[in-house]
Amino acid sequence: MESTHPAHLAPASPHRDDALIRSDLGAYLKRHEGKDLLRFLTCGAVDDGKSTLIGRLLYDCHLVYEDQLAAVMKDSKVHGTTGGGFDPALLADGLKAEREQGITIDVAYRYFSTEKRTFIIADCPGHEQYTRNMATGASNCNLAIILIDARHGVITQTRRHSFICSLLGIRHVLVAVNKMDLVGWSEEVFEKLRADFNECAARLEFSDIHFIPLSALSGDNVVRLSTNLPWYHGPTLLHHLENINIVTDRNLIDMRFPVQYVIRPNLDFRGFAGTLGSGVVRRGDEVIALPSRRTARVKSIHTPAGERDAAVAPMAVVLTLDREVDVSRGDLLTPVHNQARVDHQLEAMLVWMGEELMAVNRSYLVKLASATVPGQVSSIRYKVDVNTMRRAEGSLADTALSLNELARCHLTLHRAVAWDAYRRNRVTGAFILIDRLTNLTVAAGMIMDRVSPVDRPAAKERTLSAFHSLVVPQEREALLRQRGCTVWLTGLSGSGKSTLAQRLEKALVEAGHACCILDGDKLRHGLTSDLGFSAADRSENIRRVSEVAGLMNDAGVICITSLISPYAVDRARARAIVNSDEARAGRFLEIHVSTPLAVCEQRDPKGLYKKARAGLIEEFTGVSDPYEAPEQCELVLDTSLRSPEESVRLLLGLLIERGMLA
Amino acid sequence: MQYTLTHLQQLEAESIHVIREVAAEFQRPVMLYSIGKDSSVLLHLARKAFLPGKIPLPLMHVDTQWKFQDMYRFRERMVQDYGAELLVWINPDGKDRINPIDHGSEKHTQIMKTEGLKQALTHHGFDAAFGGARRDEEKSRAKERVFSFRNAHHQWDPRNQRPELWNIYNTKVSAGESIRVFPLSNWTETDIWLYIMREKIPIVPLYFAKVRPVVRRGGALIMVDDARLPLEPGEIPMQKMVRFRTLGCYPLTGAVESDAETLEEIVRELLLATTSERQGRVIDFDGAASMEEKKKDGYF
Repeated sequence: MESTHPAHLAPASPHRDDALIRSDLGAYLKRHEGKDLLRFLTCGAVDDGKSTLIGRLLYDCHLVYEDQLAAVMKDSKVHGTTGGGFDPALLADGLKAEREQGITIDVAYRYFSTEKRTFIIADCPGHEQYTRNMATGASNCNLAIILIDARHGVITQTRRHSFICSLLGIRHVLVAVNKMDLVGWSEEVFEKLRADFNECAARLEFSDIHFIPLSALSGDNVVRLSTNLPWYHGPTLLHHLENINIVTDRNLIDMRFPVQYVIRPNLDFRGFAGTLGSGVVRRGDEVIALPSRRTARVKSIHTPAGERDAAVAPMAVVLTLDREVDVSRGDLLTPVHNQARVDHQLEAMLVWMGEELMAVNRSYLVKLASATVPGQVSSIRYKVDVNTMRRAEGSLADTALSLNELARCHLTLHRAVAWDAYRRNRVTGAFILIDRLTNLTVAAGMIMDRVSPVDRPAAKERTLSAFHSLVVPQEREALLRQRGCTVWLTGLSGSGKSTLAQRLEKALVEAGHACCILDGDKLRHGLTSDLGFSAADRSENIRRVSEVAGLMNDAGVICITSLISPYAVDRARARAIVNSDEARAGRFLEIHVSTPLAVCEQRDPKGLYKKARAGLIEEFTGVSDPYEAPEQCELVLDTSLRSPEESVRLLLGLLIERGMLA
Repeated sequence: MQYTLTHLQQLEAESIHVIREVAAEFQRPVMLYSIGKDSSVLLHLARKAFLPGKIPLPLMHVDTQWKFQDMYRFRERMVQDYGAELLVWINPDGKDRINPIDHGSEKHTQIMKTEGLKQALTHHGFDAAFGGARRDEEKSRAKERVFSFRNAHHQWDPRNQRPELWNIYNTKVSAGESIRVFPLSNWTETDIWLYIMREKIPIVPLYFAKVRPVVRRGGALIMVDDARLPLEPGEIPMQKMVRFRTLGCYPLTGAVESDAETLEEIVRELLLATTSERQGRVIDFDGAASMEEKKKDGYF
């Protein structure tokens, strides 16, 4: 490796505009003021070449100082694995013990910056016993580089690393297929590996996966485009890191402000200091403190740069409120109309990190955002085998967890705290468990979408009783000259549901009928703003809409819903909710808007198909998620074959036929 | 309305979060103040974290008696400017006896810094101590936690660190144990300078180039800061335009030749630099993996 001798190291970096730094530093800094920060982790098995890749990245970006390099050149002769030649891995490996063993034993952080971006690398170990270190490294990252040795392909460790990354909420993955030189730069090997990885990632929640063939040792495709891979037309590793879009990873919708510290320098000022976990806060916003449920308006916002009208996550700010409310550390401020859940029961995925076994019903401290409360794991639902990414067989009756095990658990806290699901919010959905005797951090937890109903079987029966109105439905029907019912439009995105809903609503109102549209997109801004698009969230979305539709029908209103509602089981449930008893039977009218996928995709009014095909949207119905067409429904309408007028006529005909319109 | 944070704003926010977390969760926290540029940034961030209130914890300087005279002057100025409480600790066992010239850098550092620090922490019963160390400074620091646990003997066990996830920090300690907290963990030397420039943070004048009396020893330029530095036979101090990239005890801190007299020139020099800042520190070269050994023993 003579060519990499320090004497050949040019201090001027091709990734830095040295001329501008010399001539006009102010202009240079101005240009780079807006650089953002990308945190990524590198994971791979023991000999996949992780440290070599990091060393190579730093070296080829000319970010290694001469004295550091001199030390490495000296070390290469003693510890190096390259026969005394320059070993880039030694630039990355830290501690003495691991240098001697030739392995990395903990998460090490590296820093570098190019003209486009600033980076923090969390370098994570690859051994079986260090799942906890990977989870630690992944918890603050946006992107993961998963290294694969081209000679070995996708192995168990690859699956494990991918799964942990996905679990910790990493959405962007870069698969670095290393040691391509040792497989003769073979396209066939690379393509096989790509297919294998995609298969393993199908069950995971990545929003994009990119593959780059490279050789970390020789530097091919790391920073410099390789000439050994003429069949590869993609970017280098660095180019990809510099350009991937991470802005959309932040949750800017749900304002969450964990109160960290109260600043009270004098009687006139009472400020709530903390780091905005997500969303935007503006002066005048009405906020509620959870779990105490006291409300107030934001009077002023103090940022590190002075007082401002608004602040965005993840700024560290101080808020003052317009009235004296008893708010303290551990409380969460949220908008009144978009609150976190407050509960002392929660479901979470736990990564056990303690040497000592976790015991069910033992008391631990749960630290969640700024709140610390005692709590216990009341049951283990199931363990997850990180290697197969499936439920571990026979784990249902388990009452203990050991180091590096993963399990979905039910937790009972000694008092209620405010939280969100982790996939919606990393700040209010994550927690750690602390052993009360040893003070060690023994687990990391990620809150799952909802508490399973089996946990409170009796609650409904215990506290609720049936309510009876003094008005009978017939009185209402006579008054309104109609019977409340639900026209449930189901079909692909772009199938024409919204257009039909609008036309039908207009026709009904013009004919003197009370009706309204429950539009999926509109509801997602309010009633169901806490939900995403996973199967579980979609089904909860539909449940809520059904309940609302049923209530409106009770009030005598004709309700038109416009939701994709792709799963048959959810629609069946919607039907059951709307037609909840004998008096309500027959109110649910399921209309399949059956416009073919090709037509919907061609229309693509919101550009969603295009994004979904580009892999930018996960779980998109028709592209990456199934649409289960109704086997039986009240009406089928294909808007590519019928005009809107004709479709509306058919719908009105159905309503009259079913006795909904007088 | 600005919706994205620049990387400096993000680092600033994260550091403030860490500082507030300590103030909220510990009984008796302290901020170790070394007078250097990182300490200046830390102090500035601490002030921001609690505005419009005061910094609710004292500063402590573990003094070796061998700092540059400029540093002592600057320390007094800062205490006044920030209205902070300053505690100074000099190891009584080594006071006026141990010096880096007769006893060597290793022993001097061990007694006056490492032992002195441990004594001071024990004496005052501090359960958390802020330091300005950054992970990019040195290899063994790269895997240091932001909240780094120390046992009752102030020792660090690199193999047995608490996992640290998200920005949730475990602050629990038993009596006698403590946590070293590093709010600047994720900052690089460049970030520090850019931030000093952006925020106009005062720093010790030694960082700026000036003609100073120096002697060349073992490849390093050592400043003749006072009469305590014995000159070798025939050694005559040279007047050179120098500055310091890092500050410690003056006989142990090498100067670099430089013309950078302003912050802007320092930043320019830094961006175009080809050697790391710790090169000027004699103690890091005492032995391979030497920083790791010192840290295990209780050094910051």
